[in-house]
Amino acid sequence: MTEVLNAIPTVPGVPKPDPILVVDGLHRAFGGLDAVAVEHLEVQRGCITSLIGPNGAGKTTFFNCLTGFDRPQGGTWSFDGKPLHGRFAYQIARRGLVRTFQLTKALARLTVTDNMLLAARDNPGERLYASLIPAIWRDTEARNRDRARELLDRFELSHMAGELAGTLSGGQRKLLEMARALMTDPSAILLDEPMAGVNPRLAQSLASHIQELRDNGLTVILIEHDMDVVMGISDWVVCMAEGRVISEGPPATVRADPAVIDAYLGARHAPQETSSRPDPGEPLGI
Amino acid sequence: MYPNEQARACHRALRVGIVSGLLFLLMAALGGPHDPAMAQEPPTPGQGVSGQLVVGSDPVEGVTIEVAGTSGADVATVETDDEGAWSVPLTSPDTYEISIDVDTLPDGVALADPERDSLTLPVREGQNRIIIFQLTDGEGSAEDEEDGFDFIGLDFKRLASLTVDGVRFGIVIGVMAMGLSLIFGVTGLINFAHGELVTFGAIMAWLFNAGWFRFPLLIAALCALVLAAVLGGGLELGLVRPLRRRRTSNIALIVVTIGLSEFLRSFYQVTFGPLPKSYRDYAIQREADLGLFAVTPKTLGIIAIGALAILLVALVLQRTRLGTAMRAVADNKDLAAASGIDVQRVVLHVWILGTVLAALGGILLGVTQKVEYDMGFKALLLMFAAVVVGGLGTAYGPLLGALLLGIVTQVSTLWFPTEFKFVFALLALILMLVFRPQGILGRRERVG
Amino acid sequence: MDAVNVLLDALRTSVGPQAIVFALAGVGLNLQFGYAGLLNFGQVAFMLAGAYGASMTVDAGGPLWLGIVLGMLAALVIAMLFGLPALRLRADYLAIVTISVGEIIRLVVRSSTFEPITNGVFGYRDFAGWFYDINPIPGGRYGFGGFTFSERRLWVIVVGWGLVAVASLLVFWLMRSPWGRVLEGVREDEDAVRSMGKNVFMYKLQALAIGGVMAAVAGSLRAMDTEAVRPDFFFTIITFTIYAAVILGGAGTILGPALGAMALWFVVSFSEGILRLGIDSGVVEFLSLEDLAAIRFMIVGLVLILLVVFRPQGLLGRREAGLIDD
Repeated sequence: MTEVLNAIPTVPGVPKPDPILVVDGLHRAFGGLDAVAVEHLEVQRGCITSLIGPNGAGKTTFFNCLTGFDRPQGGTWSFDGKPLHGRFAYQIARRGLVRTFQLTKALARLTVTDNMLLAARDNPGERLYASLIPAIWRDTEARNRDRARELLDRFELSHMAGELAGTLSGGQRKLLEMARALMTDPSAILLDEPMAGVNPRLAQSLASHIQELRDNGLTVILIEHDMDVVMGISDWVVCMAEGRVISEGPPATVRADPAVIDAYLGARHAPQETSSRPDPGEPLGI
Repeated sequence: MYPNEQARACHRALRVGIVSGLLFLLMAALGGPHDPAMAQEPPTPGQGVSGQLVVGSDPVEGVTIEVAGTSGADVATVETDDEGAWSVPLTSPDTYEISIDVDTLPDGVALADPERDSLTLPVREGQNRIIIFQLTDGEGSAEDEEDGFDFIGLDFKRLASLTVDGVRFGIVIGVMAMGLSLIFGVTGLINFAHGELVTFGAIMAWLFNAGWFRFPLLIAALCALVLAAVLGGGLELGLVRPLRRRRTSNIALIVVTIGLSEFLRSFYQVTFGPLPKSYRDYAIQREADLGLFAVTPKTLGIIAIGALAILLVALVLQRTRLGTAMRAVADNKDLAAASGIDVQRVVLHVWILGTVLAALGGILLGVTQKVEYDMGFKALLLMFAAVVVGGLGTAYGPLLGALLLGIVTQVSTLWFPTEFKFVFALLALILMLVFRPQGILGRRERVG
Repeated sequence: MDAVNVLLDALRTSVGPQAIVFALAGVGLNLQFGYAGLLNFGQVAFMLAGAYGASMTVDAGGPLWLGIVLGMLAALVIAMLFGLPALRLRADYLAIVTISVGEIIRLVVRSSTFEPITNGVFGYRDFAGWFYDINPIPGGRYGFGGFTFSERRLWVIVVGWGLVAVASLLVFWLMRSPWGRVLEGVREDEDAVRSMGKNVFMYKLQALAIGGVMAAVAGSLRAMDTEAVRPDFFFTIITFTIYAAVILGGAGTILGPALGAMALWFVVSFSEGILRLGIDSGVVEFLSLEDLAAIRFMIVGLVLILLVVFRPQGLLGRREAGLIDD
């Protein structure tokens, strides 16, 4: 499956044999500063594609735009052949393009199990009228519960199933977030720095989880700073700098690309990446 | 999830803050203004009729008003006082006839509608009915309000005068709103008790000017601003900071500020009294005709003081280390802390600055429309409108929004009933949120 | 002896119509604030809709029950007015919009321009005859000792607590369902819930509307109890008082709003009674009887502050599920 990638040229924007995600001319600026300006990018189905780049390269903003959590000024993108631009975040998630967040978003005052059940799709009990008649949703709920149990087992969270998610440790929250994303039954999953702030042992186990997902046919797109992880598990690597795709190819090729090395060295003097989610309020705009 | 030691320290600080705050308020209550003036006020639970006779913004003194119950109950005759005010308490609900003795009106002043020299109205139990006799001094200003829907007869001088008054109102709201927006920008908290900080300034200035002491208003205002600074710092140190340390959520903090707002407003109502009061200075001024528009000197004074205050704040923000630090914290608190800025200190200063701005706005508002226990709360909604229209969290957006709304509300009275002028301001807020939620000056788009 | 009367009075108030109205509006607010995390500061506007729906319909010659239904429909319209501008924005925008729209509605209703339609500041009186005509309780006083109610009041109390029970049961039923789980997720982190493919806006709007309809019924009930509707009852301070009741009982608990309303009215009525005793006997010199109404709201404000500081989870909430994060 992933071998096909070895045959294609390593130039930015190169077409893939079976792209699940195609992005064209996506452009997002913050007050005159281009955060993202991706001309063309295709992501191969069933592979692990890593998105790397120095701080401020626009990786998270790119994720936010793709998943409807930020609105670009221009551009189109399609997923599985269906256009996604202009859709709301929840609609994009329903199409099967599901993301996680850099800062984990465990629903603290819900139990771990409820976190999981919430993620399941097409539960009729989530419609207001049907919710009043348990007979309509009881079976779906039972099936979801089984699935949640399996996933929690797989991510070694079963012992916490009944606890409030707020009581989980940082690493457990990362695991829960990934398990929860899988609960939505996605066809592609966008992971925003899943290894950040995680101890090496857990990072190792997360890495093998991610590879397992790919082996089960899922497309994985990954933002990651840990180069060892990136080089170890990626099938394809895309490097961004200053909002643009400057290089893409198999891990070894990208690692050796002078443009990539330049970007990382030059970035030492570049400004810090500001949070790309809009702030809780415009800062004093002076 | 905090170390126990710190938790206990927080708790202690909170308790000390709350207890000392209560003591302060209790002392203020006991020493509060229970001057004879309050004893004369009509009791609120009973019913009555009252009103104020004015021409333009000048009170008319010594006019005789007669009140008679149609079933023969109360009959009373009163004269308007030096503020043009009059009131008659009534022993029972009934239909009353209230008439004005036109012969006692000063020369050159007449009823806008000569037919309406007597009104017959029901007064319900517990109701204090406000009776309005429209007066005119022959220059036709009162008539304009009567048939103000006439576009052709638009009086440009009046339009200009209203615009100047709108600028005055806008600057006053702008000063307050800037305080609200600064606190929000730096701490992320919308302070629903900001209106009560406004009232605090106005009432303190009144106490120094006409209550406890008889200082000239300018001195009284300075004293009030110093107390406001103390209050602002005290709120941050005694209440908000300990709560923030305990990682109290923003929503819970907002709930605290509505509790504080409600508590303070009712506290003012009890101690300051339910009726509006004027400062001793500048209460009554005649409009000066400047050719293009007519304006009272105090209006120009308020505009000048407000503009000066705004300029000072702008200088602080742009030119001082504190200003730079404030902008840095507003932009990214963690980054600011990492680069050596003492975030706690900056937040404290912002609370002080914001409270002083609120109090200043309150004093300026009190000069034109009297001091009242809920004046700040009423202004709060206009501040919200100004802040949202201009751009929430921006420093100068609120000012722009307030100026626009001030002019709109005042000028709207040319064509629409005065009672709707605030409705327009609030509608502007809603429309802005629908079409441009980031406000005029806000840049980044919000998503949802 | 007087102190006993104060206590009996406070107890009567805590189960009486005032407490019921706040409990019912509180059950609605609890769905919005306690479960969905919506800062609705305009709950009183829904109550206004209910009260005016009932009184205006009767005034126009319609039956009272139709008026109550129309009030509920008006509440749905207000939920749209609140929700459409603000629900897609940050949480605190909703607070600003609801407090403003609530005030706009009150100002318009009381304005002399709309007096031909709304009766302006006078409002309506004596429109609830039908409600008392269908009272099956025979005349007399009911209760024991000093704790008695007239048949009229008892009828309001029975119907009122019945409505509170029905509304609480509905919330209980909803919150046990997957719909309720989504709503709680929205409170915790709406972006996370979006990323799971849920239409967050719709859930918020539904919660706002359901809670609003409950408040409208509370408004109708208050109108029928007092048989008088005036715009100046519907001040923002009423909304804040409902908040105090909900948080006192425990935001995000089923029985919290009802318990909180009872407890709040007990505290308010009891302290008013004690102050009244003090004033009458000359012990409390610095206050007069006219101040009592204002002091009621001082107490409510103080309750709100002290609760968040010392017991954010209220009487019934679990510590870890309180208002405080982390």
